[in-house]
Amino acid sequence: MVEDIVSIRLPVDETFRIRKNVIRNGAGKRLCVVTGIHGDELEGQYVCFLLNCILNQNPELLHGSVEIYPAVNPLGIGSIERGIPGFDIDMNRTFPGSDADVMTESIAHALVDDLAGADAVFDIHASNIFLTEIPQVRINELHRDTLVPLARQANMDLVWVHANSTVLESTLAYSLNSIGTPCLVVEMGVGMRLTGEYGEQLTNGILNVMKQLGMWDGEIASVKTPIVSDGQDEVIFLNAQSSGMFMKTKRHGSWVGKGETVGYVFDPFEGKVVEYVTAAKSGLLFTIREYPLVDKGSLMGRILVRGTEEA
Amino acid sequence: MKESILFRMSHIYRDDFRVRAFTFGQGEKALCIVGSVRGNEYQQLYICCRILRRLKRLEAEGRFAEDRQVLVIPSANPASMNIGKRFWPIDNTDVNRMFPGYALGETTQQIAAAVFEVVNKYRVGVQFTSFYTPGEFQPHVQMMRTGYENPEKARDFGLPYIVMREPRPYDTTTLNYNWQIWETDAYSVYSGTTTRVSEEGAELAADAVERFMVLNGILKGTPSRAAPSRIFRYDDLLKVCTTQAGFFRDLVKNDERVSAGQALAEIIDPCAGDVLETLRSPADGVVFFRYNDPLIYAHTAACKILRDPQQRF
Repeated sequence: MVEDIVSIRLPVDETFRIRKNVIRNGAGKRLCVVTGIHGDELEGQYVCFLLNCILNQNPELLHGSVEIYPAVNPLGIGSIERGIPGFDIDMNRTFPGSDADVMTESIAHALVDDLAGADAVFDIHASNIFLTEIPQVRINELHRDTLVPLARQANMDLVWVHANSTVLESTLAYSLNSIGTPCLVVEMGVGMRLTGEYGEQLTNGILNVMKQLGMWDGEIASVKTPIVSDGQDEVIFLNAQSSGMFMKTKRHGSWVGKGETVGYVFDPFEGKVVEYVTAAKSGLLFTIREYPLVDKGSLMGRILVRGTEEA
Repeated sequence: MKESILFRMSHIYRDDFRVRAFTFGQGEKALCIVGSVRGNEYQQLYICCRILRRLKRLEAEGRFAEDRQVLVIPSANPASMNIGKRFWPIDNTDVNRMFPGYALGETTQQIAAAVFEVVNKYRVGVQFTSFYTPGEFQPHVQMMRTGYENPEKARDFGLPYIVMREPRPYDTTTLNYNWQIWETDAYSVYSGTTTRVSEEGAELAADAVERFMVLNGILKGTPSRAAPSRIFRYDDLLKVCTTQAGFFRDLVKNDERVSAGQALAEIIDPCAGDVLETLRSPADGVVFFRYNDPLIYAHTAACKILRDPQQRF
């Protein structure tokens, strides 16, 4: 059953809608899958599709409600724009919203209101168009105790507990977790693309979480044990030292040794390599630059510092 | 006047990115003025043009105090200004959401760090900032309540209004907030417009800065006369919001006195031509903010009214 969460007339003969598909079988818990806050991140679209297919084919195996929100920023998705077109703002910096004086704030407010009280929420992202990520859950350290046990069930490669930042208090996940609605932020793949294997991996993880919550009687494929970085591990960021074009030589998910090259920045104009990007320490390269053009300072990768391969 | 480059960064195909600064006087770092940080802040850059021209003249006239130094940074983001983009050309990040910056971090963090390392040494900081919502405000000084704010000193600008605002989570990475935290008296001066240059607004802002400099011993001379500023909380403004979307037709101007019940604007159906909604003032007061794009969304503030001080609700 498709329901409107938000329905607002736009100026010229169009209605803005945020919709969810509610799949229900009897009483029980409620799990929500949200994606598309950033209009250029599409990886969650495939997860919504797969989950819908599985649930539609096996409705009797569900106990409770699954609510799928595939496009909470429909204007952004429709115009391949990360933020909300017309406002030039990042929707994930508008939460918890208000019923005040800007349309985007009232939309954010309505979305939080609708999700509040769910037993679990997945907020699916795809990093951005610049970076490729291994499938991971990111957790604010303030919500570690509630979320890490849930994240371990989600069939992800990595669970990254990171430090709190005041800026992140404007995100959907922070707003929901602050009111006691557990919300896992998933980052996987890359912006503007679909990665089939990651979509399948996360879909299986969501079904596994549903099983743990007593919502799903169906079969679950084997579930990964993630690497859990509980906030004590060091994560190092690789930043470009110069402007140019980047060619990666290591895939995301590779284990790299100290000093190992993960890619290089080149100058097509003069035909020379201007910089080799190397790992300052050994560990898991869980993020790698995807978009070739780089400025000085552009993020090239992230390494979870670990001495030995665990995955 | 001395000209310097605070930050330089090469680009594979564009000219070097430079943050340029101008220093007047010497001695105590008394005042730092920052113009545009975003690529569409043309008015903010223009105010700096006016101020720089004025400061050059005042310096030639020997009006600077002997032990006071003033720094002006007209634009911290020329790369975005030159392509008409509000945020950073490649990754669309906002330099004014990167303070205090990180010298080893991402590009806009590095820019913010280079700027902040210089500007945080000044006793007073003035930034000509902008709002992201389309519309024009009455000229005013705005301050966030951080525990370090100094609203009484803001009266020295001589602008008619001083607005106090509670910081929101994302404000903690703005220049103004970090200035305050690092013990610089920080003031955001709004001259009304952002993408449109207003000669009147620029002159008003330049006058305000000059008055502040005189009253604080940075410039010698007699301060210009100004009426006392009214201090109020941003949340005290009465928002008049749309419930319908369509063409926005305003019926009042900024600074206009309005009465309770007076029509402020109409929302018109762009296809059928009907008036969908007439927005009315909830109280007697002055128009402090007025929306100014042709089309308006529903649930959007079309006007903000500063009610008369004696009214009680």
